[in-house]
Amino acid sequence: MLQHVPLWPESASTTSGWVDALYIFLLLVSAAMTTLIFTMIGIFAVKYRKRPGHHAEQIEGSTILELGWSIIPFGVMMIFFVWGALIYFREHTPPPNSAEIYTVAKQWMWKFEHMEGQREINELHVPIGRDVKMIMTSQDVIHSFYVPAFRIKQDVLPGRYTTIWFHATKPGTYHLFCAEYCGTQHSGMIGSVVVMEPKDYEAWMSGSGAQPLAVTGQTLFSQLGCVTCHRADTQGRGPNLAGTYGKSVMLQDGRTVTADENYVRESIVDPAAKIVQGFKPVMPTYQGQLSDEQLNALVAYVKTLGQPQSGQTANATGIAAATPQP
Amino acid sequence: MATAAVVEQGERENYLNATYGLKSWLLTVDHKRIALLYLISITFFFFIGGFFALLIRLELLTPAGDLVQSDTYNKLFTMHGQVMVFFFLIPAVPAVLGNFLIPIMIGAKDLAFPRINLLSWYLYIIGGILMLYTILAGGADTGWTFYTPLSTEFLNTHVITAALAVFTAGFSSILTGLNFIVTTHRMRAPGMTWNRLPLFVWAHYATSLIQVLGTPVLAITIVLVALERLFHLGIFNPALGGDPLLFQHLFWFYSHPAVYIMILPGMGIISEVVCCFSRKRIFGYKAMALALLGIAVVGFLVWAHHMFVAGISLYAALIFSLLTYFVGVPSAVKVFNWTATMYKGSIRYDTPMLYAFGFIGLFTMGGLTGLFLASLGLDVHVTDTYFVVAHFHYVMVGGMVVAYLAGIHFWWPKISGRMYPEGWGKLAALLVFVGFNLTFFPQFVLGYLGMPRRYHAYPPEFQVLNVLSTAGATVLAVGYLLPMVYFLWSLRYGKPAPVNPWGAAGLEWQVPSPPPTFNFDEQPVVTWEAYNYDEIPEPEEVPVGQ
Repeated sequence: MLQHVPLWPESASTTSGWVDALYIFLLLVSAAMTTLIFTMIGIFAVKYRKRPGHHAEQIEGSTILELGWSIIPFGVMMIFFVWGALIYFREHTPPPNSAEIYTVAKQWMWKFEHMEGQREINELHVPIGRDVKMIMTSQDVIHSFYVPAFRIKQDVLPGRYTTIWFHATKPGTYHLFCAEYCGTQHSGMIGSVVVMEPKDYEAWMSGSGAQPLAVTGQTLFSQLGCVTCHRADTQGRGPNLAGTYGKSVMLQDGRTVTADENYVRESIVDPAAKIVQGFKPVMPTYQGQLSDEQLNALVAYVKTLGQPQSGQTANATGIAAATPQP
Repeated sequence: MATAAVVEQGERENYLNATYGLKSWLLTVDHKRIALLYLISITFFFFIGGFFALLIRLELLTPAGDLVQSDTYNKLFTMHGQVMVFFFLIPAVPAVLGNFLIPIMIGAKDLAFPRINLLSWYLYIIGGILMLYTILAGGADTGWTFYTPLSTEFLNTHVITAALAVFTAGFSSILTGLNFIVTTHRMRAPGMTWNRLPLFVWAHYATSLIQVLGTPVLAITIVLVALERLFHLGIFNPALGGDPLLFQHLFWFYSHPAVYIMILPGMGIISEVVCCFSRKRIFGYKAMALALLGIAVVGFLVWAHHMFVAGISLYAALIFSLLTYFVGVPSAVKVFNWTATMYKGSIRYDTPMLYAFGFIGLFTMGGLTGLFLASLGLDVHVTDTYFVVAHFHYVMVGGMVVAYLAGIHFWWPKISGRMYPEGWGKLAALLVFVGFNLTFFPQFVLGYLGMPRRYHAYPPEFQVLNVLSTAGATVLAVGYLLPMVYFLWSLRYGKPAPVNPWGAAGLEWQVPSPPPTFNFDEQPVVTWEAYNYDEIPEPEEVPVGQ
């Protein structure tokens, strides 16, 4: 039991550095404030203890002090706010060209699919030095993807995607926890993130021979009949999807939305929710007919349509294809 | 009813011995008797919730889930949370001390609506029976937070009965709040202006605003959960077009202000105790009253700080983080004012004051860690971990429960007519302080390390900190049991209490201990300011119990 008693989590990503710095600052300020209060009370309790001949001096208050000890703490708190907000903003802005990994959480396991097609359960292999974006959904209840060593956490919801990104910096195996209570085996829904040197990662990648995710999506796109309406020429009953991903879409009711992963997913399972301007609400819903993994494949495929390398749907956003960033 | 224990021969008539018999208690409309009815019931639920906590801590002694099964563990933390929050923390100070003291403090014979007061207690009891039934029938395992769609679609436990128990208890809370607001506006004795009210009364006024405005939202939310569970309406279930986040917004809209329902009355107690045992008026009376109101109002604007990783937008998160810092300022102001009140005072170390020292220190630590959680980038790492568990136990147990104990000790002579044994009081206070810190401080470390909440089993490297925490819980348990024993002891063997054993300010210290049924022989006319310690002589000697 006493062999290894960590008091501080490992740091294995760029985010861990940012978060630790803020935490240490907060610890120092809090320690100072706590010491100040404890000391003042300690001193007053002794110095002004009841003694014969000494009487309390009635003091009404002091507006200056009230203002002072309102404004100064508020100012310090604003530092906490801004610093924390900056980190949060960075955490919510995945860098462009991040490698993408689709995640499906379910009671009580984590299922990952790399763009190159590798599937993993409860274990996630990633290379160091690369931005990785997790695109996550749940098959049942709310879960939460938590890697303490990266200091990142994001709830994973049924019926929609949530995303989180990280940039691993240190090879090793780190805990992955589910951090949103999800029923009986909540504490068993744990796994590992295995961070590898780029060449080890290449080796692991090449061993699988799986079909790239977007190719699976392309097959489904034909099989399910999507291609009959969403044709490359504009005679189709549905909008041409080439180049749609990431752009603004004007809807029939006048709203404009950005075609992100959630938009694409929703358009498949609830097409009536957002009708594109100029089109009729004729698309049938695929709610209940597709597994989350199949939806992921379709979304991954649609994202490649109209992109520069659209001829090869294979490794458009795959990790192995791109040059690792420092 | 065993009121004979308190009455000696030739004793003056008071609220305890005025009438006899079970009916005279169960059908009473005397606010003081109702306070005692509440005292017995909330103490009962405190020990039930505490028992579940002990089982949790016993399980967490070892990394493996080997004491109870996973489902049982999930029920333990759910029932611990629900019992403690809804049947102890929310009602305790207002329903026991608020009920007993507010009418006397303002110079009134009773609350504005004595029968509604009794109804509040019966609603609490019905809710309590429903909760006991839930426990005995096998419990619910939703977590005290009932998150959907887990609670509505995926669990087969007694979710609806637990929800009904909470729903019923909620109305008890709303009616108590209503009663206090009307009482404070309409029943003050001549000369008892708003600016002369004890801060204890201000604190309960602010609390009552939250109870009346916030609790109905919880009631509706619980009804929606029950309807969703029974009829699958699709309010919260995405498969039917619903939104699980809607539940979280509705739930936290009440449950965040709820924590201010818990702490504000405790802050009122601390103001009374610090002033009495420093022999000084409060430093900055107006600022303290404004701070109470400020916390109550701004407390309604911060709920989504429980949802920073739930999937809300970046902009929503920014706004709620900013507003959460706003609510931190009045709390900090209160800590500074209590400290300043001690400056140049004449300080005694009686048990209530020891608890007050403990409160200020522990509430400061708990409140500061709230600032960690309000900081977005940091919250991402520590939310849903033991860091949050440690934070809220610091403010709720180190804060509210410690304040409650301060209040019970302070007003025990008035309530029972007896002194408790001071030596034992000091010992228990020390055990509570040491046990509390040992239990919960390691949990901050565990949280930053990454140990999630609600985990039945955990990785082995977390064991040492968990063992420390459990050791602390054992000490804390002893600290809580001692007062049970010596307060009961004091009912028979404690020294009879004089009218004003502490030499305290306030109308309650001008009526006999215990007070007569209608509090005052004549309606008082108030011509002095609150905390007029320049006019009240120090007691030469406090008659200690033993």
